[in-house]
Amino acid sequence: MYQLTNVTKTYNATKRKVTALDDVTLTIQDGEMVAIQGPTGGGKSTLLQMLGALDRPTSGDVTLGASMLSKLGDHKLAEIRAKEIGFVFQGFNLIPTLTAEENVETALAPLGVSGSERRTRARDALASVGLSDRFTHLPAELSGGQQQRVAIARALVKRPEVLLADEPTGSLDEETRDEIMELLEGFWREQGLTLIIVTHDTAVARRAGRRLHIKAGKVREV
Amino acid sequence: MFGTYLRRELLNRRKQTIIISIGMALAIGLVILVNSFSAGVQNAQASVLQSVYGVGTDITISQAATPPTAGATGGGQQGFAFGSGDGASTGGTTNLSQSRLTSTPTQTVFDATQLATVQAVSGVAAATGTLSLENVTFSGQIPQRGTGASGTGGTRTGGAAPSTAAPTGGADGAGGSAFNLNRFSVLGLDPSGDSVGPLSAVTLADGRLLSAADAGTDNAVLDANYATSASLATGGTIAIAGTTFTIVGTVSSSGSDSATAANVYIPLDVAQTLSTNTGKISNIYVQASSSSAVDQLQTTLKAALPTATVDTQADLAATVSGSLSTASTLVSNLGTWLSILVLAAAFLIAILFTISGVTRRTREFGTLKAIGWSNRRIVGQVAGESVVQGLIGGVIGIAVGIAGIVVVNIISPTLSGSASTAGGVGGAARRAAGAAAGGGTTPGGEGGGFGQRAAGGGGFGAAAQQAATTVTLHAPFTIEIVLIAVGLAILGGLLAGAFGGWRAARLRPAEALRSVG
Ligand SMILES: Nc1ncnc2c1ncn2[C@@H]1O[C@H](COP(=O)(O)OP(=O)(O)OP(=O)(O)O)[C@@H](O)[C@H]1O
Ligand SMILES: [Mg+2]
Repeated sequence: MYQLTNVTKTYNATKRKVTALDDVTLTIQDGEMVAIQGPTGGGKSTLLQMLGALDRPTSGDVTLGASMLSKLGDHKLAEIRAKEIGFVFQGFNLIPTLTAEENVETALAPLGVSGSERRTRARDALASVGLSDRFTHLPAELSGGQQQRVAIARALVKRPEVLLADEPTGSLDEETRDEIMELLEGFWREQGLTLIIVTHDTAVARRAGRRLHIKAGKVREV
Repeated sequence: MFGTYLRRELLNRRKQTIIISIGMALAIGLVILVNSFSAGVQNAQASVLQSVYGVGTDITISQAATPPTAGATGGGQQGFAFGSGDGASTGGTTNLSQSRLTSTPTQTVFDATQLATVQAVSGVAAATGTLSLENVTFSGQIPQRGTGASGTGGTRTGGAAPSTAAPTGGADGAGGSAFNLNRFSVLGLDPSGDSVGPLSAVTLADGRLLSAADAGTDNAVLDANYATSASLATGGTIAIAGTTFTIVGTVSSSGSDSATAANVYIPLDVAQTLSTNTGKISNIYVQASSSSAVDQLQTTLKAALPTATVDTQADLAATVSGSLSTASTLVSNLGTWLSILVLAAAFLIAILFTISGVTRRTREFGTLKAIGWSNRRIVGQVAGESVVQGLIGGVIGIAVGIAGIVVVNIISPTLSGSASTAGGVGGAARRAAGAAAGGGTTPGGEGGGFGQRAAGGGGFGAAAQQAATTVTLHAPFTIEIVLIAVGLAILGGLLAGAFGGWRAARLRPAEALRSVG
C-alpha cells in the first residue's frame, strides 16, 4: 500500500523554481490498477518517480508498505527498487548490446539469483509475454511492440509488488497498444499487482479502475 | 551477468574499445621498448665496467694524480738515455733499445698499508690492491758516421729541444735512422686473489691464470686481444723492463668485444720490484659485504682514507664515455620523457573516451539504477570494461614492444664506451693502439737523447685511453618488463574506470524516465 502525505517536489530550474508536485496526499491500495492522466508538464512522471523510489520528495512523506521511501538512503532505495518495483518505460529502455534474454536477466542480477536460475526465469518470463522464439535477439532486431514485451518481462521477472509504467504505449501503434495493455492487465489480474500507468490515452485510462488527473502538481480523482 | 554484459559492451561498442586499446598499446609498447633499450644500455655499461674493474667490485680506491708541472724535471726521469757504449753495432748500424716500467702517468702510487686499513673497515667483504704500470720500450737504429759522432756522442737526457749539437744537421741528419716507441700497460696484482679485482671478470682464453705459487716469479698473463695484436701466445715470452717473462695464459673479457683492464698481468711483488715501487700500490678494489650498504661503505672509506678517491660502481658508470654514454643519456632523457608523455596521452584518451561513453549511456545506466542496480554494481561494470580495454591494450602493447625489441636486436647497434678517465682508475681498457702512435716520433738527433716529459706523455696516454671498447647493444626481454606493462595497463584501465565510474555514480536513476529516443 502506498501512502503519500503532503508530498511536494520542487525543481530548481535555471530561471525559476518549478513545483512539479504540490502538496499531494494520496493512498493507493495493494492490487489497485490506477491510471494517471494530465497535460504535459503537469507532474505525472514526477509522481511516478516518488512512487518508484527513484527520487525523494522535497517535503512530505512517501511510504510503500513498511518502508518510508522519503527517508531512506540511496542504497536502501536501490534495494527496494530491485525487489518490489517493476518499471516499464515509454522508450522501452532496453540495453542495446544485450540480447532479449540477457536484458531480462539484468533485473535478477541485483537479487543474487544464480546464473542458471536467472536464465530459466528469464526464459519463462519471455515465454509469458509471447517471445519464446526471440531469446537471443538484440533489441535492434525486435519491433517496438516486441521490445516493450521484453521490457515487461524484465519488469515482472522478479515478481514485484508494484508495476509502474510511464506511457507504456506512447510509442506504439493502436493495435500493438491494445496487445500491450491486455498483457499488462492480464498480469495485474493474475498476480495481484498494484499497477500504476501514466498515459495520455483516454482509451488506455478507461481500462483502469481508478483514474487520477494531475495538473500543475495538483492531483484530483476523476 | 558482469562477464556477459562486459563482453557484449566490448564487442558491440568496438570503436571505443579499439581506440582506447590502441592508445594503451602504443604507450605500453613504447614503455617496454624504452625499458628494454635502457636495460640493454645499462648491461653494456656494466660489461664495459666489468671488463675493467671486475664483477664483484663495488668500490675502487685510487689517489688522484697530481698534475705534472710544466717542464718538470720529472722529464729526466722518464727520458731514455743512451750512452756511446750502449747498443750493438753491426755492419755500420748501431741498434739501441731500452725498456722502462713506470707507474701510469695518471696514477699516483700509495703505500700498500692502506690496503690493510681498507680491509679492517667493517662492511668490506674483500679487498685487493693492484699496481697500474706502463712499459715503454724505445728502440732504434742509427747508422754510424765518421769521426766523432759515435765515439763522442754525448748523453742527453730530459725533454730537450731538438739537438743543437748534432754534427750533421738538416733533414739528412737522421738519415737511415729508425726509431720505435712501444708501450703496453702492465697490471701488478695479487696472484692468489681472484674473487675481487680486475681478473674476476675475465674468461680464460688459453693457458692458466696466475695463482699464489706465481708470487715472486716472472710469469705473466696477457689480454688475448693484446696477445693477438702483438703476435704473442701462451708459452712464449714477453720482455718487461728488460726482464723476460713467461706467458702462462691469455684472458679475454666476459663481455663480448671488451678489452680487459690491462695488456699484461704480472704478480704484484714482481711489479713493485721492477718498477721500483716497493710496498706501493695504485688501486684498491673493494667488495662490499652487502650490496645495499655500498653508499654507506663509500662514506666510511672516505673517512678512513681522507686523501683517496673512493668511487662506487655508480660513480664509475658515469665515467663511461663514448656513444654508450650518449645512448644512455638519450634513453634516460628522451626515452623516459617520451614514454611519460605518450603514456599520459593514452591515459587521457582512455579517461575521456570512458567518460564520454558513460555520458552517452546515461539512459542505460539510469534504467539499470531504476530496476535496482546499486551504484557499486554500475561503477564496477564501468571499471571492469575499462580495465579489460586496458589489458587488451597491454597485450597488444607487449606484442608491439617485443616486435620493437626484436627489431633493435636484429639491427644490433654497436656502441663504444671507454671506461678510463683522468682521476679515475687509469690504465683501464687500454689497448696497444697507443704503441703505433710511437712510430711517428721524431728523434732529437743522432746519438742524442730522446726526451719525453710527463706532460708530453699525456698525449700518448690519452691516445691509448681513448681506444674504445665496443659493445653490441642487446635489448633484453624480461618478465619484469611484462609485469610493468601489465601493471600500467591495469593502472590505465583503473584510472579511466575511476573517472567513468564516478560519472556513472552521479547519474540519477530518474534519468531513465527522461529523453525518449
Ligand atoms: N530534473 C528536473 N529539473 C527541473 N525541472 C524538472 C525536472 N524534471 C521535471 N521538471 C519539471 O517539473 C514539471 C513536471 O514534470 P514531469 O516530467 O513530471 O511532467 P509530465 O507530467 O510527466 O509531463 P509529460 O507528459 O510531458 O511527460 C515540468 O514543468 C518539468 O519541466
Ligand atoms: Mg512524463
